[in-house]
Amino acid sequence: MMPVTLVAQPVASPHAHGGNSVRRTMIRVQAALVPATLYGFWLYGWPSFFLWCLTLGACLGFEALSLKLAGNTRIRASLLDGSAALTGWLLAMTLPPWAPWWVAVLGGFIAIVIGKQVFGGLGQNVFNPAMVARVALLVSFPLPLTQWVQPLPMIHLPAPDLVEGLRIFLTSLPLPDAMTSATLLGHSKTELSRGVDLLQVLAASQTPALSWLGMRAGSFGESAAVLIFAGGLYLLITRVISWHTPLAVLAGVAIPAAIGHAIDPGRYLSVEAHVLSGALMLGAFFIATDYVTSPNTGSGQIVFGLGVGFLTWIIRTVGGYPEGMAFAVLLMNSLTPVIDRFIKPRILGRDRKGRPLDVPEPEGT
Amino acid sequence: MIAAILSLTLLGAAFGIVLGIANKFLKVEGNPVVEELTAMMPGSNCGQCGFPGCSGAAEAIVAGTAPATCCPPGGKALASAIAAKLGLAVDLSAMSDEGPKIAVVLEELCIGCCRCSKVCPTDAIIGAAKQVHNVFREACTGCSSCIEKCPTEALVMRPVPVTLQHWVMPRPAAA
Amino acid sequence: MGFMNLFKQLLGDDWGVHPDDHKGPAADQPLRVMPVPARLYLPLQQHLGSAARPCVLVGQQVKKGELIAEAQGMVSAPLHAPTSGTITAVTEITAPHPSGLSLPAIILEADGSDTWIDLSGCEDPFALTPMEIGKRVAAAGVVGLGGAAFPSAVKLTGASRAKVTTLVMNGGECEPYLSCDDRQMRDQAAGIVDGIRIMLHATGATEALVGIEDNKPEAIAAMQAAAAGVANVRICPVPARYPMGSEKQLIHVLTGKEVPADGRAFDIGVVVHNVGTALAMRAAIREGKPLISRIVTVNGACAAQPGNIEVRIGTLAEEVIAFAGGIKGDGIGLARRVMGGPMMGMQIPHWRVPVVKGTSGILAFNATEVAEQSPDPCIRCGSCVKACPMGLLPLEMSARIRNEAFDEAIGLGLKDCIACGCCAYVCPSKIPLVQYFVHAKGELAAQDRAKLRNDATKKLAQQRQERLDREAREKAEAAAKRKAEREAAAAAKAAAEAAKAAATVNPETQGESA
Repeated sequence: MMPVTLVAQPVASPHAHGGNSVRRTMIRVQAALVPATLYGFWLYGWPSFFLWCLTLGACLGFEALSLKLAGNTRIRASLLDGSAALTGWLLAMTLPPWAPWWVAVLGGFIAIVIGKQVFGGLGQNVFNPAMVARVALLVSFPLPLTQWVQPLPMIHLPAPDLVEGLRIFLTSLPLPDAMTSATLLGHSKTELSRGVDLLQVLAASQTPALSWLGMRAGSFGESAAVLIFAGGLYLLITRVISWHTPLAVLAGVAIPAAIGHAIDPGRYLSVEAHVLSGALMLGAFFIATDYVTSPNTGSGQIVFGLGVGFLTWIIRTVGGYPEGMAFAVLLMNSLTPVIDRFIKPRILGRDRKGRPLDVPEPEGT
Repeated sequence: MIAAILSLTLLGAAFGIVLGIANKFLKVEGNPVVEELTAMMPGSNCGQCGFPGCSGAAEAIVAGTAPATCCPPGGKALASAIAAKLGLAVDLSAMSDEGPKIAVVLEELCIGCCRCSKVCPTDAIIGAAKQVHNVFREACTGCSSCIEKCPTEALVMRPVPVTLQHWVMPRPAAA
Repeated sequence: MGFMNLFKQLLGDDWGVHPDDHKGPAADQPLRVMPVPARLYLPLQQHLGSAARPCVLVGQQVKKGELIAEAQGMVSAPLHAPTSGTITAVTEITAPHPSGLSLPAIILEADGSDTWIDLSGCEDPFALTPMEIGKRVAAAGVVGLGGAAFPSAVKLTGASRAKVTTLVMNGGECEPYLSCDDRQMRDQAAGIVDGIRIMLHATGATEALVGIEDNKPEAIAAMQAAAAGVANVRICPVPARYPMGSEKQLIHVLTGKEVPADGRAFDIGVVVHNVGTALAMRAAIREGKPLISRIVTVNGACAAQPGNIEVRIGTLAEEVIAFAGGIKGDGIGLARRVMGGPMMGMQIPHWRVPVVKGTSGILAFNATEVAEQSPDPCIRCGSCVKACPMGLLPLEMSARIRNEAFDEAIGLGLKDCIACGCCAYVCPSKIPLVQYFVHAKGELAAQDRAKLRNDATKKLAQQRQERLDREAREKAEAAAKRKAEREAAAAAKAAAEAAKAAATVNPETQGESA
């Protein structure tokens, strides 16, 4: 506690505060991620735990380093506000669970240094740092970033133990084919490009199943959609986020998916497949709702969310990549200043264009 | 790879040198804004800036030999207006330290010689010959040109007291 | 209400904040009346508008209620002696203001007898013309007791001239900690309703809507009972939400109308008064009593005995607090002294400042309540945008002001800001947003003054130049004239001499010729 000194400089009202803080907000978001993360550890074993630890550690380390180089005197306070840890956490949620160690370190560097600190630090970045890192890694190192391991719950016999997990994590040898699997989106994309009809693809036995509970290949943020959704609900109830962005993102994917699927189920995946696949749940509740890089008004957030959802669907359906959430978020991030410029709340006593309201004619005259 | 890096580096260096030379030899000289600045200034030609009149100060500011903050009667408002016009960055906080000052007549010393009222650029000093003079507060610009004319040192510059009406809430300390 | 609030929040109609109201235990304590202190400090400016002009001499004996300073100008209010005694000085005292600057005040030494001047009340206020009521209210020095202290008579006469239809009575008291209006509504509901009827008569409005926040059930019940038989006075409970007691917001909630940004409440046929003002106005009309005392809430974690106290205007906050029970632990742990409410009140430098007509509360806060902390960077969370009752973008405005881009801040609506403090209250980064806005408004006003001054200087310099030119011209003309005269005189003289010479010569010649 700071010592109470005689006030030298006058301070303006208010002389009370609601008690919210950056730290509290960040901790709540992290708390909302805990169930899905623990479940992910259980599903994917020790290598995923090491990956998670190192991604967070790398983000915190690079944050501290950047702040030190920038001559910041409040390094400790900045690290404790939890923003760098959250970035690392979100990045870890989107990486393949058995990704090697250097992916974590490089990802942390790209997210914190290139994605955030070069823009001026917390609150100044244009793009979501975790998504910048994810996209940069995906574009630069497509192989390790698309190797999705089959879930091997820790209790299973073939699951790597602690030492084996460390070996997998550090040696970055390619995984044996038997342990990997494509995600549903990836599989359908490959098959579609080979000219196989989706109806046949989905009927085939080797097709990854769709599951709310996550017994399928994918990242942490993909596997347990129901836990991510629960975390999102917690954020909504605690008012960390508002309903606008998540609902708009889900609607932005679901509406075109429903139309497409109704027209040609052979070419377009169903709404369910879209909503439960890829990083959509995580994106809707945790990524697109990032304060810094999304619009400030409810209406702006709806526009932003619809854009993210629709672009995701477009990229998934006609783009080169099976998953497009990260690209869609980055594209819409770049539009955020424009949305904020054009969508402003109406000022009381003024019309939408900012002109004062007309004085009504007095009644009875 | 190395060829690419090398060629890009060389290209960058070459263009840098060209730009440097261009800056040296093709420098545009001209001051089309001097007149605009002169129009913005108080126009009392008080000489407090150290230049011959307001147009002299305007020339100096445009030439860069005087800061945008050199006009005390113009104050912060003028300084920021000039800075905005010329695209300069000015440190306004240095100006507020001094605060505006106005001339005050010490009545027991004034002999009523009228020398001060003759130099006042805004006719802010009133008083007839052999009568104690007085400074009209609202009209005094604080140029202090009257101070040295006074044979009895009866004129002094006093800071304008800050009142509740003029007080401004200080800017919050930066985050 | 909970469901409705949730629904409204979903629709995005969720302006304002819901702070802990901290009304108790002060609100439930019975009102205490503070005896007259030995000395009263009466600032000449206790209201919006121009300061009053003293009309007493030092050493003069005055009676309680006697006029000691008269109103000056269109928007002003006179000042009356709160007790009988002697005027000991007209001097500068510390203002109840965060700057700690001084302002002129009359100092009155009480004689202890507390004798009234002859009062002339009015038996039947409804027989008076609205103009007459306005005059009496003005003469009694009644100002808005909600905090802004706008002279009430100006509003009354303005309202009757603008032909308003609705009188909105502000019993919102949305500021946390304060309960002086609550206390008055509970204790003197009948008097308030009587005051409202007089106001209705004076303004010509057809109905009065009394807005009371629903966190004050006792006050609502008391007011409903008092207004039961009165047809055109309606008690309207409003949801407890800060800043419900702000004029524009209360009008919007009660009537559904919006005050235009460049207009006033009159323009949409509404006038707003505080419930406490209704009591003061009633006393001024029915009993002829000027405004010499008010109810002040003493509260805050450091106040030993929170409660509402009726004090004379001019009593030092120090003495009010001592009467209320003092500060806990001799002031250890006291982090901030505030006059008014916690959301819009003013920090004061020490307790030796007087209670003025607009002082609704004296609050002693500890460090936990103030929650002072160095600000973090803005994370653009948009909490301030959601909280702003005016629909502004506080984060964008403060970013502009930080770069001294005041014009851009105005473009974003800086002039519409009511400084309610919602944005700073919810800011997770604890950025002092209101301070940025108050600072910018002050700087802009200073720039306007400087510009006016600059223009005046230019004009003076020009006039001087013209005068110098004119004098030079006149001098030249005078010189030319004198020269001409001299020449003319010389010519005339020469002609005369010539003529004389001719005359003297001529006879000779004539003679010669003759």
